[in-house]
Amino acid sequence: MNKMETALHELSQMDELAAQSSPIHRLHPAAKLLTTIVYIVLTVSFPKYALSGLIPMVLWPVLLFQISAIPVRTCFYKLRIVLPLVMAVGLFNPFFDRAPLLSLGALTVSGGVVSMVTLMLKGLFCLMASFLLMATTPIDSLCSALRKLHMPGLIVTLLLLTYRYVGVMTEELAIMTDAYLLRAPGQKGIHISAWGSFLGQLLLRSMDRAQELYGSMLLRGYHEHFHYAEAGPFRLRDGLYTLGCGLVFLLLRFVPVTRLLGSLFVR
Amino acid sequence: MIEFQNVSFAYDKGSPVIRDLSFRVEDGQSVGLIGANGAGKSTVMKLLLGLLTGEGKILVDGLEVRKENLFQIRRKLGFVLQNSDNQMFMPTVYEDMIFAPLNYGLSRPEAEARVDRALGLLGLEELKHRHNHKLSGGEKRMAAIATILAMEPEAILMDEPTAALDPYNRRIVINIIRGLSQTKIITSHDLDMILDTCDRVILLSHGELVADGPADAILRDKALLERNRMELPLRFSGK
Ligand SMILES: Nc1ncnc2c1ncn2[C@@H]1O[C@H](COP(=O)(O)OP(=O)(O)OP(=O)(O)O)[C@@H](O)[C@H]1O
Ligand SMILES: [Mg+2]
Repeated sequence: MNKMETALHELSQMDELAAQSSPIHRLHPAAKLLTTIVYIVLTVSFPKYALSGLIPMVLWPVLLFQISAIPVRTCFYKLRIVLPLVMAVGLFNPFFDRAPLLSLGALTVSGGVVSMVTLMLKGLFCLMASFLLMATTPIDSLCSALRKLHMPGLIVTLLLLTYRYVGVMTEELAIMTDAYLLRAPGQKGIHISAWGSFLGQLLLRSMDRAQELYGSMLLRGYHEHFHYAEAGPFRLRDGLYTLGCGLVFLLLRFVPVTRLLGSLFVR
Repeated sequence: MIEFQNVSFAYDKGSPVIRDLSFRVEDGQSVGLIGANGAGKSTVMKLLLGLLTGEGKILVDGLEVRKENLFQIRRKLGFVLQNSDNQMFMPTVYEDMIFAPLNYGLSRPEAEARVDRALGLLGLEELKHRHNHKLSGGEKRMAAIATILAMEPEAILMDEPTAALDPYNRRIVINIIRGLSQTKIITSHDLDMILDTCDRVILLSHGELVADGPADAILRDKALLERNRMELPLRFSGK
């Protein structure tokens, strides 16, 4: 398998993860979508020095990993490319914000360091939450949930097609890379002199394919909207899940849980 | 009823690919559309489906192939593309197959029944939940055919239905085509298959209609076939 095929394989692996069965997988997609959004919004909204308040937020993704039986390793493996980027966001904070914030024994920790760690954790938590949503909900159900939440049909269709289109483009790239390397033995990758034509071809080919695919959708009666897989009714347990999670998140966000717990033990 | 009236088409101005083509296919007929590579067979199919627009008139059951009629016309026609990779756009075979029936307003149970019927007909039950991009070339082709059968259209257009199939699956597809009562237009370089499935043949060369008549007569005409870069079906070649 070349790199592109690996990428393709990973893409389909997400579909396969999402097709598994667990209490989390069986929840209504709208319930999962809503809780994920609330979780992300609240996580991001923590103040920049609120490290101790933020840490308990990790509980939710950890629980979800447990219940849905999705390996944490898979998550980090899939996120290996975006994760460092997101983590890098706060990297310069320690240089700008040198005011000492707290001292641990002889060690003084500046505000910059705390805010850097806070930012990194925020990024990590949000990525994990999004990953869990994708890994427990098929893209079609997710789209149908978005429709139920009155997201405009055009945007949802666009989202779905983009998701599919990434697959098409990667597939073309895989085929072309193989074809190239078969006739360029001993080369590690595609030689820089061929990049231009390679990219041009890739674009043309994936445009052609996208067009044929779209034609084939039209031929089979596609007009205006998809018939997404029926998600079934929004049941009591879906409501309870959303409400329960929402309340816990709010609690964690606005009540200084760690400090309260800490004071229990210190006193 | 499908009718072409003086249809011409060019992808690039100045080099016509279809030239003044006229023919008529009655309900229930099976027509083989043959011709060398680049003769224009796939283009004819795409014109009929309204994927391309040329000059002249194309009628399907009296409806002209024009933008405002496309939804109605396409509902009547099931098209198996030459390249199955471009036909299947959903993640799994099942989702691809159920796409059209749902779009045409069937309820999910009805649509499921159709999917299962089509899969049973082709003996493909075990492909149902497979991922499209993990199928072999021939499996993809069979799945693409199943997708169209699940539409239960009034007419079926097939562009090279047996390319990439092993002899066993080729035989299955031939038998299925023979069993379908719908109008059929089939293009292929597999002239033995055309002979088995079609009672009439239209021969194209450089976008022009060169011959139109009973399959048995045209496919036995060695001189005619060779003049148009084709060979006799194996059955008649005495090999
Ligand atoms: N997208 C396109 N743009 C420009 N020219 C095209 C395009 N598609 C096809 N052609 C040209 O149109 C002519 C007819 O092509 P068409 O695909 O209809 O042939 P065909 O009879 O189906 O051939 P084959 O047996 O190889 O499938 C060919 O000469 C081809 O080069
Ligand atoms: Mg063709």
